[in-house]
Amino acid sequence: MEYEPVIGLEVHVQLKTRTKVFCGCSTEYGASPNTQVCPVCLGFPGVLPVLNCLALEYSIKVGLALNCTVQEFTKFDRKHYYYPDLPKNLQISQYDLPISKDGFLEVTVDGKSRKVKIRRAHLEEDAGKLIHEDNFSLVDFNRTGQPLLEIVTEPDIFSPEEAYEYLTNLKSIIQYLEVSDCDMEKGTLRCDANISVRPKGQTGLGTKSEIKNLNSFKAVRDSLVYEIERHIETINNGEKIVQETRLWDDKKGRTVSMRSKEEAKDYRYFPEPDLPPFIISKEKIEGIKKTIPELPKEKILRFMREYGLPEYDTKILVSTKENADYAEKRLKAFPDKDKKPVANWIIGPLASIAANLKCEIYQIKIPANNFIELINLVEKKQVISNLTGKAVLEKMAGMPEKSAAKIIEEENLAQVSDEASLEKEIDAVIKTNPKVAEDVKSGKTNSIMFLVGQVMKKTRGKANPKVVQEILKRRLV
Amino acid sequence: MELYSLTAHELIKKLGEKEISVEDLNSSVRKRIQDKDPQVKAYVRLSGSKAAVDFKTLNNGPLAGIPVSIKDNICTQGYNTECCSKILSGFKPPYDATVIQKLKNAGANILDTKTNMDEFAFGSSTENSCFGPTHNPWDLDRVPGGSSGGSAAAVAGDEAILAIGSDTGGSIRQPAAFCGVVGLKPTYGRVSRYGLIAFASSLDQIGTFTKDIEDACILMNVISGHDPMDATSVDIPVPDYLGSAGKDIKGLKIGIPKEYFVEGMDPEVKKIIFEAVAKLKDLGAIVKDISLPHTEYAVPVYYILGTAEASSNLARFDGVQYGYRAKSTNLIAMYKKTRGEGFGQEAKRRILLGTFALSHGYYDAYYLKALKVRTLIKNDFDSVFKDCDCIVTPTAPTTAFKIGEKAENPLQMYLSDIYTISANLSGLPAISVPCGFSKNRLPVGLQILAKAFDEETLFRAGSAYERATQWRKEKPKL
Repeated sequence: MEYEPVIGLEVHVQLKTRTKVFCGCSTEYGASPNTQVCPVCLGFPGVLPVLNCLALEYSIKVGLALNCTVQEFTKFDRKHYYYPDLPKNLQISQYDLPISKDGFLEVTVDGKSRKVKIRRAHLEEDAGKLIHEDNFSLVDFNRTGQPLLEIVTEPDIFSPEEAYEYLTNLKSIIQYLEVSDCDMEKGTLRCDANISVRPKGQTGLGTKSEIKNLNSFKAVRDSLVYEIERHIETINNGEKIVQETRLWDDKKGRTVSMRSKEEAKDYRYFPEPDLPPFIISKEKIEGIKKTIPELPKEKILRFMREYGLPEYDTKILVSTKENADYAEKRLKAFPDKDKKPVANWIIGPLASIAANLKCEIYQIKIPANNFIELINLVEKKQVISNLTGKAVLEKMAGMPEKSAAKIIEEENLAQVSDEASLEKEIDAVIKTNPKVAEDVKSGKTNSIMFLVGQVMKKTRGKANPKVVQEILKRRLV
Repeated sequence: MELYSLTAHELIKKLGEKEISVEDLNSSVRKRIQDKDPQVKAYVRLSGSKAAVDFKTLNNGPLAGIPVSIKDNICTQGYNTECCSKILSGFKPPYDATVIQKLKNAGANILDTKTNMDEFAFGSSTENSCFGPTHNPWDLDRVPGGSSGGSAAAVAGDEAILAIGSDTGGSIRQPAAFCGVVGLKPTYGRVSRYGLIAFASSLDQIGTFTKDIEDACILMNVISGHDPMDATSVDIPVPDYLGSAGKDIKGLKIGIPKEYFVEGMDPEVKKIIFEAVAKLKDLGAIVKDISLPHTEYAVPVYYILGTAEASSNLARFDGVQYGYRAKSTNLIAMYKKTRGEGFGQEAKRRILLGTFALSHGYYDAYYLKALKVRTLIKNDFDSVFKDCDCIVTPTAPTTAFKIGEKAENPLQMYLSDIYTISANLSGLPAISVPCGFSKNRLPVGLQILAKAFDEETLFRAGSAYERATQWRKEKPKL
């Protein structure tokens, strides 16, 4: 029998407000343990929560960007469970009236687009962090009370690829909104996956397992591939899937059982009496809507339309909002109608410089006009070769205030196209490579490129390779 | 006249005229506590308290130098605040409650010894305290009421000038009635709850114990107002309450709810209340019969909602960060042992009740249903207040009962709050004013309720009655 997987994702996104969601403590990452705490987030007797309005606003923003209905009446609820990283032994979350619900996110896999349904997005407080030592555990409350937005899909994802694509798009949208860093390494984006399989064509849902401990989008995809196989194999062996939570072991590439749902807790949700319900006016929602920037999908379409760029290039250019803004500034500064050279220089040489420097493209501080000047010098004026151009760009990345022309002048890198001055070098190369020269003469014209290369080497890349090739052809063919 | 026996407004005048010093006043109250508290036991951890106060550190405000006694569930920075529970033993809050901050800003001399209470405010007699019961100054064999019994007994026994308590279902008004002092529960949201160790967040309210209405006005002027640290505190301007204390009550429309005068009520109390109502009539009030049809559900609704919230609020007492921790070999065992040994019997009973009411499968039938009935009770008041300025009832169905009399019968105990709970469920302000004595010289309290944020009407009616009677001049013989 053929099976199809059904996947639902729960994503926790830490909103980057300056202070925590119910108190004034800093949310700065990386501080010493338990230095960003106060009686409120430590859950001391007598304290009360007060909502950080920016966290609410950010949550609404994400809800709107995910095509959700933002509820005009929302409230918080208490979720109860005992755990040492949860100082009140209850978490302020949202139960039946989340800030937003019923949205969708478009994903494209193998050229086909579909909408993944989003069930809800609600605001809650984060718990602390446990650090386990050999025979004791430590708790760091710095993270306690940081604002978390939990975004839950319907069981409406049908392949690991689709899950990967959903996460990539979700991250990109949220980064565009500038409400979270969505950095899985720092834990500002966390994901749990629910997975079940069913015979293809059937509409009901099979027994699911929940996968935790997913530290990257790749881990999400790999763990889903693993679980789908495990589910199918289990069923094919005539066994039953146990509803349970499983942990992904990234090194071993497999999941292991953590706890079965039979031990599932009764969280005893009830309305948080310390926070009155919130009424969010239509005007407020409309106002927030206006602050939503152009999102990746629209930006891709616009870049293709306005700058005549292919989809492939555009997708890379707009991967993050910062990169998109950076690229757009340069595309605009380029006077020609054909913007392709700019895209090429960004996703080619500039991207590889960024990769070497382990930074983002937008962090390379070469001013737009300098960057455009360099492209002009290579592509149009042919003052330097493509190869030299890349070398100049690398130098510019190190000293962004210096113009390309200045670097070329100072380092005497200008391309030599003047035949008279090239003749001497070419003579010397033919002399030192008589065998290759003979080969060319006898019809092995491909070998001419070797000689061109030798001339380039001798001139340290300055010779215009086209001119060199012309002269060699004239001499030897 | 000893200084400890005076009211705050009398003392403020004497201090202002330099007739007495802050030191004199402090020593007088301290001496009184030393002399009488061994019998009354209004205070806890008395032996550890510092009698010496650095008066230079006190602010020069409306309460400059006036000693104020604080219930053991209101956080005072650096001073033990234990809710009279073993589970919070040794807990010294790292911060001051907003009311404490306001009192300090007003120059009050906050005593470091706290007043006794039922553990976590669970009770109506102050017998459920890990420090043992407080005794009623009018009859030491009797309870002072509860849960703020310590604050009530301290004011009644002249061991305090002013005292702060908390009221979740009557915990200020019922002990005020039992001890013959003025006890006010303000409107929910009028006084910040920040720093009040929560029993039931939607019902709790901090309030005052005073020797007369004028003192209640002075204290309320200081502690009222919106607090950015409490999202349920309301941003409505605070009037000068002293302005309403001297007014007459000609034409004031007073409702008497028929549901409050039913079986089980002490006939002596009933008689005294009706005499008080007659007095109000004499003073020009228009008295009419009204009905609050859902009154009989107040107690069950309260014991569902109150315990549900309590079970949640008390979840944090787990031995991890503060208070009592039982020795144990693993985390779960530590939680269980700490809570098992740290909480008293009534706390455990309420945690169990509340946990049950919130449990899956029972939530709709109990918690949700109770929420709906709460709205009905609130609606009763809304409709009555369309043509009433205030409502007058007894504060409690009986006078103070004997220590131990109801200890084994929680249901009987719960019924002693029958007249006070509705004000908490509907968030309304209510005050208990002394209105006479039973034949065996036990005080009776008259409860007045008003519209939300209309404490002024309570003060106006209360002070008119007070001026026309002499009950407040009566003192227990200690």
